[in-house]
Amino acid sequence: MGQIELKQVTKSFGDVQVIPPLDLTIEDGEFTVFVGPSGCGKSTLLRLIAGLEDITTGHIAIDGTDATGLVPAKRGLAMVFQSYALYPHMSVRKNIAFPLRMAKMDKAEIDKRVAAAAEVLNLGDYIDRRPGQLSGGQRQRVAIGRAIVREPAAFLFDEPLSNLDAALRVGMRMEIMELHKKLDTTMIYVTHDQVEAMTMADKIVVLQAGNIEQVGSPLELYQHPRNKFVAGFIGSPRMNLIEGPEAAKHDATTIGIRPEHTRLSTTEGTWQGTVGVAEHLGSDTFLHIHGIPGCDPFTVRTGGEVALSHGDTAFLTPDPDKMHRFDAQGLRIA
Amino acid sequence: MATKASRSAARLMMAPAVVLLMAWMLVPLSMTVWFSFRKYLPLRGGDLGFAGFENYGRFVSSSSFWPAVSTTLIIVGSVLVITVVLGVLLALLLDQPFWGQGVVRILIIAPFFVMPTVSALVWKNMFMDPTNGLFAHLWRLFGADPVAWLSEASTGSVVLIIAWRWLPFATLILLTAIQSLDSEQLEAAEMDGAGPLQRFGHIILPHLGRAITIVILIQTIFLLSIFAEIFVTTGGAFGTRTLTYLIFQRVLESQNVGLGSAGGVYAIILANIVALFLMRIVGKNLDA
Repeated sequence: MGQIELKQVTKSFGDVQVIPPLDLTIEDGEFTVFVGPSGCGKSTLLRLIAGLEDITTGHIAIDGTDATGLVPAKRGLAMVFQSYALYPHMSVRKNIAFPLRMAKMDKAEIDKRVAAAAEVLNLGDYIDRRPGQLSGGQRQRVAIGRAIVREPAAFLFDEPLSNLDAALRVGMRMEIMELHKKLDTTMIYVTHDQVEAMTMADKIVVLQAGNIEQVGSPLELYQHPRNKFVAGFIGSPRMNLIEGPEAAKHDATTIGIRPEHTRLSTTEGTWQGTVGVAEHLGSDTFLHIHGIPGCDPFTVRTGGEVALSHGDTAFLTPDPDKMHRFDAQGLRIA
Repeated sequence: MATKASRSAARLMMAPAVVLLMAWMLVPLSMTVWFSFRKYLPLRGGDLGFAGFENYGRFVSSSSFWPAVSTTLIIVGSVLVITVVLGVLLALLLDQPFWGQGVVRILIIAPFFVMPTVSALVWKNMFMDPTNGLFAHLWRLFGADPVAWLSEASTGSVVLIIAWRWLPFATLILLTAIQSLDSEQLEAAEMDGAGPLQRFGHIILPHLGRAITIVILIQTIFLLSIFAEIFVTTGGAFGTRTLTYLIFQRVLESQNVGLGSAGGVYAIILANIVALFLMRIVGKNLDA
């Protein structure tokens, strides 16, 4: 069980309100990702749920019971920190057993649960080493192990992969998703990386300056961004946002066209521009086109083999069905 | 320091400093050893030739030797316990955010800047004096008989004076250590269900292990040679004669340089034994 409900939650540090009144429900067993640029309040929100910060006004309920004033330990949540926060003077085994020892569990039960966690996370080879002797990925696993032995109502992850190198990050991402399927427990995951959000989440919560911009499944956010901010934030490379007369032709203040929804041609098209820098990924190429009215540079995604080089003339045609239109307030026009 | 040339240049550059430091250490040490084998009575005939191991024998067989050793160990041990325990508590307190933190931190350090002689005189005359001291006034206020601290509770009083001076030192080092503790570790422990006392015992105290080791090592070195506080307050009477003070008395009050030097050699041996024990007990904290 692990349904978490926030009602009119606010948080202020002194006179500065970092979280304006906010409502959010996270269903049991859901993998929810809080995503937003740095400083958007996503970590603060997680810490409010964890109980590491007091909320200024509002209510938090876990599984239907009010948890607003409850100390962190009583909320039944487990957290994995960005720095892993392993206890450096304890072996891996003792680190994982620590929450159980604090709960005054008997020795046999502790051993059983630690062994089970070690099994799930493949910690067997270094269970008696200290955190200082482990690599980043191994430390990450230990931190997760320390969280799962408690059998919490929900897991909270605070940018857990940001200290790992790119290859390891992809691997750990898969492991965390695998773990979610295995345990079927609510997980809340904070990240600034929209790729992590898109790949892992059942539900994404996009935050900006403490406000929830949009809540929805990854594809909903990709296909129907509620406003300009979400449109620009979700998707890689970023959506091209065009303002001015070109947008007015479509009865909008701003139109958005994703790089992958644009057709590139050397002979004809809606817009004409000059090819700038090309990013070759092998499977795809991202071309930056200069000279498109209202948007500079315009990014277009095309296949791995491109005949165009720097300085050439190119023509672009947007896919009219997949164009996004936004009004003067930046909201989507349906 | 990669090439042969730079290595030999480095050696050449360091040589003057090394030679000076060696001389600084070795000359007094060898003079002490040399005098310890001589019968040297400056006011009673001067240097009277070799004495063999007579000085060593006499120093140990004197009835004041073992009491002096035990007094030394008691004073050093009590001061260490007081400064480390109170130092940890004070450091925890000073780590909390409160108004005027900066000023309080500077004030806390202040006693360490007071010279030992001055602090001992202040304690002796202003606080512990049986007729005019503040303690005497306080005792009389409650109708009790004033205590003659330095004669009736002499060792305790000396320990108090020394601990007062060294507590700031311990606090300062322990405070910097506490500040270097990653706050996420404490938060993780909080999430794991550890209460304040358990967080202290399982997270903060192990984190302070290394700092406590350093405090103990440095303080032991200085406390073994404590002198001014005893000289100014009790003059070595009432069971406060430490080994250092005994050596001082042999050399200057009995005018027996040979005997005092032998005591000096014993003091070196004692210091090394203590250091060896300390390294065994706490030194492993420095590895990890």
